Amino acid sequence: MLELKNIIFDVTGDDKKKKRIIDDVSLKLDENKFYVITGPNGSGKSTLAKLIMGIETPTSGNILLNGQDITGLDITERAKLGISFALQQPVRFKGIQVLDLLKMAAKNNESFKDKALSTGEACEYLSAVGLCAREYINREVNSSLSGGELKRIEIATVLARGTKVTLFDEPEAGIDLWSFQNLISVFEDMRKSIRGTVVIISHQERILNIADEIILLADGKIKKIGKKEDMLIDILGAGVASGAFCGKIQPTDKDKGAC
Amino acid sequence: MSELNDAQNALLEIISGIKKGHHPGGAINIRANGQLAERHVSENINITSKTDKPGIDIWIKSTCQGESCYIPVVMDESGMVDVVYNDFHVEDGADVTIVAGCGIHNCGNSDSQHDGIHRFFIGNNAHVKYVENHYGSGDGNGKRILNPVTEIHAGEKCIVEMEMVQIKGVDSTIRKTSSFIGKNSKLLIRERLMTHGHQTAISEYLTELNGEGSSADVVSRSVAKDDSYQKYISNIVGNAPCAGHTECDAILMDNARVIAVPELDAANIDASLVHEAAIGKIAGDQIIKLRTLGLTEEEAENAIIDGFLK
Repeated sequence: MLELKNIIFDVTGDDKKKKRIIDDVSLKLDENKFYVITGPNGSGKSTLAKLIMGIETPTSGNILLNGQDITGLDITERAKLGISFALQQPVRFKGIQVLDLLKMAAKNNESFKDKALSTGEACEYLSAVGLCAREYINREVNSSLSGGELKRIEIATVLARGTKVTLFDEPEAGIDLWSFQNLISVFEDMRKSIRGTVVIISHQERILNIADEIILLADGKIKKIGKKEDMLIDILGAGVASGAFCGKIQPTDKDKGAC
Repeated sequence: MSELNDAQNALLEIISGIKKGHHPGGAINIRANGQLAERHVSENINITSKTDKPGIDIWIKSTCQGESCYIPVVMDESGMVDVVYNDFHVEDGADVTIVAGCGIHNCGNSDSQHDGIHRFFIGNNAHVKYVENHYGSGDGNGKRILNPVTEIHAGEKCIVEMEMVQIKGVDSTIRKTSSFIGKNSKLLIRERLMTHGHQTAISEYLTELNGEGSSADVVSRSVAKDDSYQKYISNIVGNAPCAGHTECDAILMDNARVIAVPELDAANIDASLVHEAAIGKIAGDQIIKLRTLGLTEEEAENAIIDGFLK
């Protein structure tokens, strides 16, 4: 179980004024549950995910993983304890191939203990995110890949880790409609075989629909938290769906499909 | 001919992959401390010693199809300066892989230097792949210096691939590569370089695209660590309807310095020439991404460098 206790995160702006991004957030996230954190832009969703991964350090408060206080641990230590993070903007690496990245990801996965991830096993992760493994396994993770392709590779690396807690920061950002359909299937499949805690930050109604529980964040605070059925009526009924919740798909990529 | 000692055998394996006492097939000419150590020729590749100066002539026949030729140089004598002139004569239609390179082990206090001057005379329709590895080791105060000079004359419809690698231990290098490319021929140059400590590396490429339909792709990827210095100069001259591209990609670390000087000279209205250069430190988000996979900061940095220079 992942627990956040009274998390506060302040930043100092260019005007030297202190700004509170996360304002006293307390949360308990259970195992084998699918959570979606949603809310308007600037509500602190991504910051919250970065605080859990250790990319940012809270001003005050504590983060506990299965009872262990991990607030003082860095990114690597948290990753080794079993937290994964799929970035909103996946990173490109000149020279590093998809297979290299998947092997690095699977290094701490207990299923592959004492042996490196084989090419066949790596291909299974690519197939799971709708990519033709044969075509992608030896590709460099560089600018020759489209945003949608990178996003799916990013998700495959997270799947290869097989960790207790998996965070996805706006997986729908920067991908086209076609890729989005695929992405939904990936999350639906993940939902069926869930192991551990999955947290997705998203504005998308179709992703909200997969959730067990939805956490609504506004101005750095938890506005409401509850079961999907109750929350969707509130959120969509509030008229937010037509704006912030559906305007995130950017039809710019030229993705190649799975084969 | 002389037997290689253990240090020389270790260098040989690093630069050419040849294990002690193992013959990799094809033709082979090993030079150790300025002397011929081993030579085998094949039916399709002949090697003869020059009589007017140190060096060899390598004769590659049209019947050579997919064969390899190894011409490594190893040095472990401190204070030695070795200059060698090697000429490659490649007949029309030949297909050959040439594995060259130099390994210097210097434990002494005097500088050790090897200057390999290589000239390629390539006939029509030939395919030449040239792989050159440079490596230095030893903890003496003497420097390990390598100054290779390469000259390529390619005929028509040739493919010439040059892979120049210098990963570790060379204190000072000035690499000069000139290419003169004929009609419908293609030149690919891939340089990979890492400098550390107070090392300096200067690479100068001059590529003349002289034949209609000729093309060149000259790319350098390098990592400069510590207080090292690199300078990459690449000049492509388009004298005919042709396509040329040159690129310098460098990762900068610590107090190192990297200079990229591309120069394009289009002397024909149908010459299409492009240059790109990107120098910078490792991006913070790259380190963060690999750390989220469980790598430490140092492991992440090494993985990024290894991938970049792969």
